Amino acid sequence: MSVLKELERASLSPTKDLDPSHHPMDDYLRMDRMPHIWCPTCGIGVSVNCFAKAIEKARIPLDDITVVSGIGCTGRVAGYMKVDSFHTTHGRAIPFATGLKLANPKLKVVVFSGDGDLMAIGGNHFISAARRNIDITVICVNNFNYAMTGGQLASTTPEGSVLSTSPFGNFEAPFNLPFLAESVGAVYVARWTSLHIYNQTVAMVEALKKPGFTFIEILAPCPTIFERQQKFGDGLDRLRWYCDNSIIRHGADTHDVDIKLHDPVIVGKFVDKERPTYLDSMNTHFRKRFGDRYKDYEG
Amino acid sequence: MDGDHACCEGALAAGCRFVAGYPITPSTEVVERFSRRAPMVPGAFFIQMEDELAASITLQGAVWAGKKAMTVTSGPGFSLMMEHIGLAVMAEVPCVFVNVQRGGPSTGLPTLPGQADMMQARWGSHGDYEIIAICPNSPQECFDLTIDAFNLAEQYRVPVMFMMDECVGHMMERVIIPEADTIEITPRRYTKLPPGEYLPYKPGEDLVPEMFKAGDGYRLHITGLTHDYKGYPVMSADIQEQLVRRLVDKIRLNAPKIWRYEETAVEDAEVVVIAYGITSRVAVEAVAMARKEGIKVGMLRLIVVWPFPEDRIFELASQGKGLVVAEMNYGQVFYEVDRCARGRAPVVLAGHGGGTVHNVEAIVEKIREAHKCRS
Repeated sequence: MSVLKELERASLSPTKDLDPSHHPMDDYLRMDRMPHIWCPTCGIGVSVNCFAKAIEKARIPLDDITVVSGIGCTGRVAGYMKVDSFHTTHGRAIPFATGLKLANPKLKVVVFSGDGDLMAIGGNHFISAARRNIDITVICVNNFNYAMTGGQLASTTPEGSVLSTSPFGNFEAPFNLPFLAESVGAVYVARWTSLHIYNQTVAMVEALKKPGFTFIEILAPCPTIFERQQKFGDGLDRLRWYCDNSIIRHGADTHDVDIKLHDPVIVGKFVDKERPTYLDSMNTHFRKRFGDRYKDYEG
Repeated sequence: MDGDHACCEGALAAGCRFVAGYPITPSTEVVERFSRRAPMVPGAFFIQMEDELAASITLQGAVWAGKKAMTVTSGPGFSLMMEHIGLAVMAEVPCVFVNVQRGGPSTGLPTLPGQADMMQARWGSHGDYEIIAICPNSPQECFDLTIDAFNLAEQYRVPVMFMMDECVGHMMERVIIPEADTIEITPRRYTKLPPGEYLPYKPGEDLVPEMFKAGDGYRLHITGLTHDYKGYPVMSADIQEQLVRRLVDKIRLNAPKIWRYEETAVEDAEVVVIAYGITSRVAVEAVAMARKEGIKVGMLRLIVVWPFPEDRIFELASQGKGLVVAEMNYGQVFYEVDRCARGRAPVVLAGHGGGTVHNVEAIVEKIREAHKCRS
C-alpha cells in the first residue's frame, strides 16, 4: 500500500477537517502549547495523532483518561494531551501510573514514553508491572536512541548503528521488546511503525479496551539523529523504507521479531490473551481468604 | 506496641490509605503491619513495589488520584528515593516519607540505630528546596507525630520526612490511641473553582496552591520541570525565580508555625544540650547527672528539625549559654546549631557514628567541656 493511501485510510472525519474554525485535534491537544518541540518528520506526533483518534474510537471520555510520561522526546507527549497528564521522572512513568491506577481504578491510565525511558532506566518497572498485570496501557515510541540528549546508544539500538556513544558502531545486543513484554506477562503486545497509522490506531483502541497490562511498540523515525546518523534519509524516506520492508505477521512468535539494522521488520499483533488483572487477583484472593468480611477494593 | 507499629497506626488514624513500600531493615515492620491491616480498612491499599524508586513515585501517583499516601524506608532506600523527594517538592505533592534510620554510610549497620540521614533529608535531592522533618523519641510520638506529619504535608503541600531511628522504631512502650473523633485531621485542600478558572500552581496567601485530582474534569498538566501557574513547563530564569523562591518561602516564612521543640530547665542554664530522637532520651540522663555535679544545664529537644528553629538557637547562644549537640553522627545538626549561634556561644558536638545509643557519661563530658569554654 502506498504511503498516501495509508494516510488517506486513517484520515479524520471530513466534516470536521473542513470546518476552518475547528482543528480536528482541538479537543485532544493543548493548542495553547503549540508549536510542539518535535522535529519535522519525527514519528512521535504521528502516534499522538493516532492516540487521539483511538480515544475517540474507543469512546473513552477525556475526563476519565490520564496520560503519564517519563523523560525524553516521547516523554513530552503527556504535556500536549488535553487530559489529566503527568510528566514524571526519567524511567518512572510506569510506577507513577501504577499509583494512579491502584488509587483510583476507574481511571484509564496510559503510559506514553520512549524506549530509553521505559526499557533501560525503567526496565525493572516495566517487567514488574507486566508481571503483576497492572491494568494500564504502555505505548513505547522506539526511535532506537536517546534523542533529546543528543543521540546516544540505547538498549534498543540495532547492532551496527552509529551513535554519539557508539561512534564505531553498536556491538551490544538490543532488547526485542515484544518478546520481553510477552515473556513477563503482558496480555496484549503489538508492534507497528509510524507508517502504519491505521493499524497503530486500531492497536491503541484494542489496548485501551483490554483490561490488564497492554503494550504497543511503535517504530518511529528520528530524522534529526538516528536516520541521519545511519544515512537513512529523513523521516519520509524512512516511511518509504518501512512501506517496502514491513512484514505484517499477526501472531508471530515474539522470539523471532528482533530488529536488525537493514533487515525487514516484522509488525503486527503478536499477543492477545486473558489473565486476571492485579486488582482482580487481589479481590479474588481476599474474598477467598476473608469471606463476607472483605469488601472489594474499588479505590 | 513498638514505634514502627505505632507509626503505621498513626498513619491510618491520619487518613493514610495508600502505602507503597520496599522492604528494608529496620523499617519493615511499619509496612508489615499496614499490609496486615489494609484489607479490612475500607479504601486502604498496600503494595510492595519492586524497588524504592518505584515506591517513592507510586505513592505520588496515588496522591494525584486522591489518596493520602506514604512510603517507608531506611538510609540506603532513602538515598534511592531522593529524586522523587525532589519531584514531590516541585510538583507540590503532599505525602510522607518515613525513614527509620540506621548506621551508614552504604549498607552500614542494618539492625542498629543511626541519626546520620538528617542532612540527607534536608539536602539530599538536587536543587533548592525546603521540606519538613520530624523526629519522634517514643512509640507514643511515633503515633501522634505521624498524624502531624500527614497534617503538615497537606497544609503546606510538601513531602514530610518522618525521621525515626532504629531504637525508637523497635522500642516497645505503652501507646495510648485516642478516640477517632478527637484526632484532628487536615483535609486535602481541593479547589472549589471550576475547570477553566482554576490554575494548579497559583498560590494562595500562604503561598500554597489548592489541589485537584485526576479524573475530576480539570484536564491539567503536572511536571517536574520548572512550570508556570498552569503547570506548563517554562524554561526561564524569571519563572525559576518565582517558583523555586515560593517553594522555599512557603516553608521558610511559615517556619515559626511549623517549629516544635521542648525545653527543660533552660532559663537558668549556662549550658543547653540540644538533641532529637532517641538521643534526647539519653541526653535527659546526662543533664540530670551534670546538674548533680552543680553545672546549670538545660535541655532543648528538637521535634521538628527541619525547618530549623534558627531564632531560638540564636537567642540561647546570645544569652551566652554554651550549647552541646548530642546526635548519632559526626556532626549534622551540630553544624546548623553552630551556624545559628553565630559565634555568640561555644558549641560542642557529642557525636558518634551510630550502632548504639550514646554513653551518658560521654554527653556529660561534653557538657563539662562547654561549661568550661563558657567560663
